[in-house]
Amino acid sequence: MTRRTFPILSIVLSATLALAAGSSSRWQHIPAKDHARPNPLAGNAEAVVAGALVYRDHCLECHRANAQGDGHKRPALRSDRIRTATDGDIEWFLRQGDLGHGMPSWSSLPAAQRWQVVAWLRFIQ
Amino acid sequence: MLSNALNRFISPPILLAACLPILLTQPALTQDKPYFVTYSHDLEEPGNLEIETKTALARPNGGNRYGASAMELEYGTRAWWTTELYLDGQATAQDSTLFTGFRIENRIRPLMRDHVVNPVLYVEYENTSGADKTILEVVGHDGQADLAEPNGASRREHQHEGELKLILSSNVKDWNISENFISEKNLGHDPWEFGYAVGATHPLRSAVSGRECTFCREKFIAGAEAYGGLGDTFSLTMRDTSHYIAPLLGWQLPRGVRLSFSPGFGLTSTSLSRVYRVGLAFEFNQVGNWFHNSQGSGSSRGGAQ
Repeated sequence: MTRRTFPILSIVLSATLALAAGSSSRWQHIPAKDHARPNPLAGNAEAVVAGALVYRDHCLECHRANAQGDGHKRPALRSDRIRTATDGDIEWFLRQGDLGHGMPSWSSLPAAQRWQVVAWLRFIQ
Repeated sequence: MLSNALNRFISPPILLAACLPILLTQPALTQDKPYFVTYSHDLEEPGNLEIETKTALARPNGGNRYGASAMELEYGTRAWWTTELYLDGQATAQDSTLFTGFRIENRIRPLMRDHVVNPVLYVEYENTSGADKTILEVVGHDGQADLAEPNGASRREHQHEGELKLILSSNVKDWNISENFISEKNLGHDPWEFGYAVGATHPLRSAVSGRECTFCREKFIAGAEAYGGLGDTFSLTMRDTSHYIAPLLGWQLPRGVRLSFSPGFGLTSTSLSRVYRVGLAFEFNQVGNWFHNSQGSGSSRGGAQ
């Protein structure tokens, strides 16, 4: 390995690791306040039906009607990650999005609609 | 009370059966803000294409009544990057109808997280004639006299302009509050010209009611925007330029159609006294998939399987 290729390889490797760390740690950096936030609409049947409507309008195109995604960039929403996340985690993720990985921020949706989606996602697990 | 009763009597299988038809119907799609001049930090969802016409109807003092329309093709390149093409034209009573030019713009969100104030950088190249009357922004010392010139004379003036905007936008308690700082430069000779636009919107109802509807309150967004010029590098001033205030109303119709309306009122003698704006938008979901699916994979709508 020449003197020149080593620094280049180091930079590429560091960047790859940083990107990988960034993608996996998105859920790990949720503020405690948001993590602990309960869904004010939990257990509300109307919220589940309304959440299905919001899901259809904004999420279905990528995550599919069966919430299984496309198996590649658009992840399944019936998954261990969603099952083990708190309601607050999911609402935070909807609000923030993951712009670097193609997930838009849904902060433009009223908070009540985000909680309705959380109720729907909980229901379909 | 109603929800408690529902919760008691509706079992999960019945609830699921009630929700399944929802997922098989056409989506209503995004409920964008009904701004005409102001930009918020909402970008187009990646892969989606929105086609919108923004029409301005007005009558300048000493001029003829006109209608100017900008057709906007907005594509979500990435979740943090939206690119747009505008095609402008206008028709003036007792004069002529003409194509007045095009604009290409890009909007980029430099911060990947949602903050209290979210910046967006806007870069535009504009190749229009002096006959353009769409008033998609007000800068420098723009006034109604520019809009009163006959098309035959104004179309001879070519405007090759670069425009930069700093968009700051916040979503707070279901309100959107946006502020835009505009700077525009004729790439030939003129000085930098400046302008502003500020706006606020709120949905008439925050939660979705859980039933399909067209006229219910959650389908409407109301608000107001104000915009005007701030002079140029020679005279940075709010005088001798136009300023407007305009209430806004947006209505989300079925099948991805959005209608917006805004009557604008001029606040200075150089402003048009009134300008009426109408917007009609249609959003196409995941246009990139249309081409992928033509190569033989599954349904473009990714329906229930």
